[in-house]
Amino acid sequence: MSSEKEPLFSAKNLKLITTPLGAQNPITNQVLGICSALAVTAKLEPAIVMSISVMFVLVFSNLIISLIRNTIPSRIRIIVQLVIVAALVILVDQILKAFAYEVSKQLSVFVGLIITNCIIMGRLEAFALGNKPWASVLDGIGNAAGYGMILVIVAFFRELLGAGTLTLPGLGTLQIVPDFLYDLGYVNNGLMILPPMALVTVGIIIWVQRSRNKDLIES
Amino acid sequence: MKALRKILDNIKPHVEKGGKFEKLHSTFDAFETLFFVPNTTNKGGVHVRDAMDMKRTMAVVVLALVPALLFGMWNTGYQHFLSLGQEAGFWETFFHGFIKVFPMIVVSYVTGLGIEFGFAQMRGHEVNEGFLVSGMLIPLVLPVDIPLWMVVVATAFAVVIGKEVFGGTGMNIWNPALVTRAFLFFAYPSKMSGDLIWISGLTKGEGVIDGFSGATALGAAVNGHIGNFPLWDSFIGMIPGSIGETSTLAILIGAIILIYTGIGSWKIMLSVFAGGYLTALGFNAIGLNALMQVDAIHHLCLGGFAFGAVFMATDPVSGARTEKGKWIYGFLIGFFAIVIRVFNPAFPEGVMLAILLMNTFAPLIDHFVVQGNINRRLKRVKVNA
Repeated sequence: MSSEKEPLFSAKNLKLITTPLGAQNPITNQVLGICSALAVTAKLEPAIVMSISVMFVLVFSNLIISLIRNTIPSRIRIIVQLVIVAALVILVDQILKAFAYEVSKQLSVFVGLIITNCIIMGRLEAFALGNKPWASVLDGIGNAAGYGMILVIVAFFRELLGAGTLTLPGLGTLQIVPDFLYDLGYVNNGLMILPPMALVTVGIIIWVQRSRNKDLIES
Repeated sequence: MKALRKILDNIKPHVEKGGKFEKLHSTFDAFETLFFVPNTTNKGGVHVRDAMDMKRTMAVVVLALVPALLFGMWNTGYQHFLSLGQEAGFWETFFHGFIKVFPMIVVSYVTGLGIEFGFAQMRGHEVNEGFLVSGMLIPLVLPVDIPLWMVVVATAFAVVIGKEVFGGTGMNIWNPALVTRAFLFFAYPSKMSGDLIWISGLTKGEGVIDGFSGATALGAAVNGHIGNFPLWDSFIGMIPGSIGETSTLAILIGAIILIYTGIGSWKIMLSVFAGGYLTALGFNAIGLNALMQVDAIHHLCLGGFAFGAVFMATDPVSGARTEKGKWIYGFLIGFFAIVIRVFNPAFPEGVMLAILLMNTFAPLIDHFVVQGNINRRLKRVKVNA
């Protein structure tokens, strides 16, 4: 630790947060964590809760792995990572069951499956094993936020178009599409609730992102 | 025609490169080539295969759809007055259907072509004619009472997600008209299935006479009431159903036009019918539920089977292209259509799902046919060597 002290939010550190939100988004660019993005986005509330859970797990596992990165023997590092991630996931699962039982029921196995979320293992391998704790925390926040952002966008459109409502944590289900539209003959789009449309919605987001940022298009 | 040429010549300088409306070039081009043969000539060697280009091809298919369309309009009116228990003259009947069906055609064309022109403009390529057929197919595969805004949403979805994301006409995996129908079927099931939507005015509950049911033949067959729909009625098409699908006779006229001009593949049509017939025959022998007992020939005249076989399965873009592949592709469509119909009464329109499924597999079928041919010839080379 001989290098001079770096400010906590230096330009380099801020980049750790901002790039996963845009050009290096884990879902739209690296296509990781797709399974849960498709599964929990039929309503807004589970998507938000899921994003927060993933952020919790990712930030803390990044931090812990980064702290002990020099003591982990390289040959068993995956097992060590799994133990830490699994412990954190169980923690999240128990907290959800205790304080947000309804949401926890909706998320069902997908909380447990955070363990296998590719984003988490990916960041541990690619970043936390080779970087200092603070940078790893920022990287965790950035990637989880990038993941959560897409989840929330997808869930917003799916619930709005599919059910005409938005479910927010603490506020319950709010009806967004006014009654007079239904009287005029508007009907909710049942297909938006079905999993295929999650895929299509993610696809459209990727499409929009790539037509705005030509660098992302592979040759 | 001269006046038209003059107008086009007046506009032309403005839309060429450097002109004021340069961006609208492809729109102008689309209209110019619609009316006149383009006056550009090939510079290199010319390979003329046929005088048909895509515009003529599409025009013939639309022409082949006309019998089904006209009959569909008449039948819409006929079913409407039948449900009211009223007598109506031929023209009155036809006019009622025309009023109902024509807006759907307009809406589907305006939406689809609007999006196609928009994409052509943005990407700077020519407007393709593919939608001329899809725009006509879409109203024909929908129930008459569907709200027009749903047609708009579904058409937009099919053109953007089913076609433009893959690169436009000629690149799509699935038949756009069927994507439209599938979208509506899953998104708005209450407007796409049931007993009330197939006859104009029935959802509003106008004075329906006693004992009249708006169920389609397939809907009735599930409950074992296929006897209400004699084979001959189903063949002529005086039964409730999607606008263009009811009359097997009108569809066969279209099929003859397509086969005579060589545009639709007779191999696909024949194999779809054969596949459906043999499968239905097999189920007749088992006969576990009401739909299995429906006569095999009758199966082919019900629902969208004939329409799908003639106009949807033969789509040259999304169907199989190798000659052997066409037989396999068609046969499996017929097979799956009947299987879905018989085993899952919730999806009476097995034909739609069967064609979309086989559209997905068509490239795979082609791959194996081509690969088989290569292997066969390789073997021959080895033997000779």
